[in-house]
Parts: sequence; structure tokens; C-alpha cells
Amino acid sequence: MNPQTIVLYDGSFDGFLCCVFEVYAKRITAPIIRKTHQSNNQLFTVTEQILTKENKAQRVWKALKNKTTKTEQNNIFKAFLSEIKGVENTLLNYICHVFNSDYSKKSIDFSNKDILKISQVAKMVGREKHRMEAFVRFQLTQDNIYISTVAPDFNVLPLIIHHFKDRYADQKWLIYDTKRKYGIYYNLNRVDIITFENTAAIDQQMVKNKCGDEEIDFQKLWSTYYKSVTIKSRKNDRLHRQHIPKRYWKYLTEKYTI
Amino acid sequence: MSFERINEKLTILADAAKYDVSCASSGGKRANPNKGLGNTTAMGICHSYTEDGRCVSLLKILLTNHCIYDCAYCITRKSNDIKRAAFKIQEVVDLTMNFYRRNYIEGLFLSSGIFKNSDYTMERLISVAKKLRLEENFNGYIHLKSIPGASDELMRQAGLYADRLSVNIEIPTISGLKLLAPDKKHDDFIKPMKKVRNEIIQYKNERKIIKNTPRYAPAGQSTQMIIGATGETDRDIMYSATYYYKKYNMRRVYYSGYIPVLEDNRLPALETEVPILRENRLYQTDWLLRFYGFSVAELLNDSHKNLDLDIDPKLSWALRNLHLFPVDVNKADKRLLARIPGIGIQSVYKIIQARIYRNLDWTHLKAIGIALNRAQYFITCSSKDFYKKDLTPLSIKNKILKSSNTKYKKHFNQQLSLFS
Ligand code: SF4
Repeated sequence: MNPQTIVLYDGSFDGFLCCVFEVYAKRITAPIIRKTHQSNNQLFTVTEQILTKENKAQRVWKALKNKTTKTEQNNIFKAFLSEIKGVENTLLNYICHVFNSDYSKKSIDFSNKDILKISQVAKMVGREKHRMEAFVRFQLTQDNIYISTVAPDFNVLPLIIHHFKDRYADQKWLIYDTKRKYGIYYNLNRVDIITFENTAAIDQQMVKNKCGDEEIDFQKLWSTYYKSVTIKSRKNDRLHRQHIPKRYWKYLTEKYTI
Repeated sequence: MSFERINEKLTILADAAKYDVSCASSGGKRANPNKGLGNTTAMGICHSYTEDGRCVSLLKILLTNHCIYDCAYCITRKSNDIKRAAFKIQEVVDLTMNFYRRNYIEGLFLSSGIFKNSDYTMERLISVAKKLRLEENFNGYIHLKSIPGASDELMRQAGLYADRLSVNIEIPTISGLKLLAPDKKHDDFIKPMKKVRNEIIQYKNERKIIKNTPRYAPAGQSTQMIIGATGETDRDIMYSATYYYKKYNMRRVYYSGYIPVLEDNRLPALETEVPILRENRLYQTDWLLRFYGFSVAELLNDSHKNLDLDIDPKLSWALRNLHLFPVDVNKADKRLLARIPGIGIQSVYKIIQARIYRNLDWTHLKAIGIALNRAQYFITCSSKDFYKKDLTPLSIKNKILKSSNTKYKKHFNQQLSLFS
């Protein structure tokens, strides 16, 4: 029996692409790709630590680009951001399948189980991205920055940069992921990834403490508006919760009373 | 800004506007080229949902609920004894900007009671939009109500600043309108609708020749009909809707189940339930007409004047046309696939992609996400065991209703996914 090889990488997308590169280069037969911090040494396994090299990552990506459509490329990236355990291996199968010469770009074979899986996971991630675009609530702090904290199910911040940058081009803003402890910050010029030293206390409440009276007034006005538009004779809790699952409520100004 | 005053106005004027159901912020595209605020994406975003499950995407308010008319179905009618209020133009601009900056909304939906006269009212609505666009550099979504009877010149201006314009027909038939809104003329509704349609066509043509012609109402126009206030049939409603889609290039027609707000012997009693399920069936029919290639006469006609409430209109059509089934999913063309109950447009696309590689059987179809509990009676695939032809429409219907897990319950909503 072939021993399984645990392939470890740093958790970045480039790092993952390098795993794909090495799996091909070194002809690793039964790889299990894991993030370094998730590794647990098992008996009877071989471990391979992969170093992230931009040029290798780019070679793999370029090859993929030649063989896939834009949607498929997006799906690969989205599925990766799901951080679902084992998704790297599903992606690897998918990519191997793509590199098989008879794979055609024109049509997607949804009866292949890896392809179907990736498209389903990408869809879930896409849904979360859309939710973040909807549910982010900025609070204007006294430093004149519009700040929102979020804790998305998947690592979707990289996917929403474009949307927020386009839309809020004339105001400084920061969206901070409290789960993954990093944020995206727009300084009227470009968007940077930022982290903080003391991450423990960052949440909507802490941001609120940095706000002026006018901000609180607008939050109240928004809550007023929200309450006024409900039509009581059509109330439907089940449907309501289906649209805004409870775990998102804590971010929504209109869902907690001020 | 005095918080208390604004808060009170907002309560009154949001409450009065909420019965207008068109909430969509989609269908238009407006970029943010000069680093101003906002853009409009083709998809539109629901930033929140009300407790009745409706999408909140726009700040939807009346400029004022003072009105010189007395339409029976409307809470704002002159003779109704309610609190009245009016926003100043700048107040609406400030609210819109500040809500938008906080990512609460996609834009503004501004309607109004008619005070003084149509033109005066329309002018004020336009001022708000103009200020937002020109002074605030705002590129978010703006939906203005076309005030019935407003002049052509004003309607031309309105479209230069708004993404969408709408006039609500409210009552689907002319006789119903006469009964419930005696001082309003059908022609007053049609006039701004016509003007907007003509302007859209004209601007589009000019844009073909001169690239930087300004855009006119890029998200088109829409209208709303109240359902169940007068005795019209579903056939009447959908024929009206089809007429407005065709004749005035409507982007959307909305159907709003009548909510009894007033005691009036011309109207359903106050305790009448809101016809939510009926409303949902009308939306499904609307989708079948716009995206699934059905014609209105196939779904509603002299022998079938009202939609079934217990099953969706596509299934209902299929049961009345069993002679066209079963369809072979491995061979049928797009158009035919889309007509199979339980198969939506997404699934059609997936079937067509997947069957290039192999003939599909039940397992494949299930994996693709087809609602087999409905579809199975209408298709054949490369599995051997499928339903025999000798089932009657009624027995199929009963089998489906029994197996269906969405159960047809009272609580249904237009925002629910329309077809699986
Ligand atoms: S004109 Fe409009 S606001 Fe006035 S009563 Fe009629 S429907 Fe209501």
C-alpha cells in the first residue's frame, strides 16, 4: 500500500497553487493537502512542507486560465475561500480533471462529482459574499472613517473589495473580520489589508463608542424607518428568518434596539 | 437637523409608502465614474428584510401624505382622518445620503400624495432627484413616482435624473377604477406612461448616433396593480399586465394583494385576509410569461379564468396538457425543457451542459437539483423505470401534493423562490 503524503502549506491561495505544482512535479500519488496549523502528525504518513513561491503559483494559475472559463476560475477561488476542511483536495481533483487533455472549456460537465461539488461550494460562498454586501452596516466614527465589523461564515472579504471600493469611492471605510482578525481599509485611494495588535475588543459596540451624536441619531432614524415599513397583517417570522438568519442580527443596526 | 421632527415625519411618511410593493433596485446600471457616491448594479441588493419577509432595499417614503384626491383603496385619501406631514426637499436629500453612506440602502424611492396639482407635486419630486444627482454627486438608485396627469415636459426631466419611473394603475380594470377613484381619469395614468415610453425609445435611438446622449430612466418603468379590491379575475389581471408590458415596455408589473385599511362599502371588509397566495401565483404566472416562453392564453383563458391556488401555474398547465408529455430530457430542446414542472431555468442550463457527456438518468437529474417529486411524472430519461402514461391529471396532482414538502400553506410570499 502506498503511504499517504500530507502536503502542508501556509493557507494562502498562492500556497495552495504551489501544492498543485509540487504534486505534479514530484508525482505525489495520494496527497492530502492541509494548512500547516491544522497538521497533526500521524503514524505511517509522509509529510511534505510546501514553500509558497509566487512564480510557481502563477504558472499553475496561467495554465488553469488557458483551460477554463472566467466563471470556473472564480469558482475555484471562491471554493478555496470556503475554508471547508478538505476542500483543497476536491479542488485538486477538479484541477487534475481540467489538466486532462480532453477537458473542454465550452461546456461544464455537471455530472462529474468534483465539478458539481466545487460549483455548489462556490455558490455557498457567493451567497455569503452577497450577504456581506447587504448586511455590512457602517458607523461613522469621529475620525471620519466609516467602520463595520463582520464575522462571515467564509473568508469573503477578498471578494467584496471591488464592490465597496466602487460604491463608496468618496468616503474612507474599513470592514473588519472579527473571526479572522483582519480588515480591508480604503483610504480614498486604494484598499489595503490591515491587522491590529490588540484584536480582542473589536466589535460593533466598540466602534459605536467612537461615534458622535449624529451617528447615533442616524442609527435611530434607520430603526424608525425599519419599524415603519413592516406590514403587520402580513407578518411572517419563518420567512423573515429565512432571509436574515439569526446569526447576522447582531450586525444589523435595525435588529438591535438602541 | 432636528432629530425629533425628522423622526416623526419619517414614521408617518414611511408608513404611508409601504403599501407600494415594487422594491426592486435592479435592472439599471449606473457607474460611479467621478469618484462620487454610489453606483447601481444590475442585480440590486436587499439590505434588510421586514418582519413580513419583504426586501428592504430602498428608502421608500412619500414626500407628503397631504392629498387632494379621495381614492377609496388608499390610506392617504383626503377623507381619511390621519396625521399628515411633509418633508422638505433638503431633508429627503440628507436622509438618502446618510442612509446610503452607511450601507443601509441602494437608493431612494420617492412617491407623494398630490398636493395643489399634479405638476406642482411632480416638480418637487424632480427637485429631490436633481439635487441628489447634481449637487451631491449621487449615483445610487432613484425611483420616482410619475404623478398621474403630470405634464410631458416634467416627465422628460424626471427621466434624466431617475433610474426608474412608475405610475401605479392600482385597479386592473377601467370599471373598477371608476368605482373606487371616481375623480381620477384612466387617461391621467396613461399620459405620463406614454411620455416615458416615448422618451426611452427616443433617447435610446439618439444614443446609437451620439455616444454621450444622457441616459433616460435606464431602469425603465414599472407599475403596480392591487389584487382583490374589486372582483376582477386572474385572467383580467394578467391580460392587463400583458398589455402594459407590450404597449408601454414595462420592465415590471407588480401585484399587491389588497390590505384592508379602510371601512368602505365598495371594498372588501376590514377583516378580509390579504390574498398572499393568490399574489404569489400571479407573480409565478408573470415569470412564466417573461422568462419561460408561455403566452398568457395558455395559462389563463375562457375555460380557465383563475389560477389554481393549490398548485403552481406551470404544473397546472402541464396537467391540462398531458398529451404533450412525457418529454425525453436527453433530447428535448431548451424551450420544451423549461415547460416541465419542477425544472427551472437554471436546471435547464445544467441539463443541456451535462447531457453532452452522457445520457442522464434519475441520479444525475437529482444531483443537478431537479425537483423530481414533480418532474418525474412528466419526463423520461435513460433510467428504465418511469411513470406510465395512464395516470390521470387528478391522480398526478394528488401524488404531488402529498409528496410536496413545501406544503401549500397560508404563508407564502412573492419573495420566496418562485420555482424550484
Ligand atoms: S391620489 Fe394617490 S395618494 Fe392621493 S388618494 Fe389617490 S392613490 Fe392616494
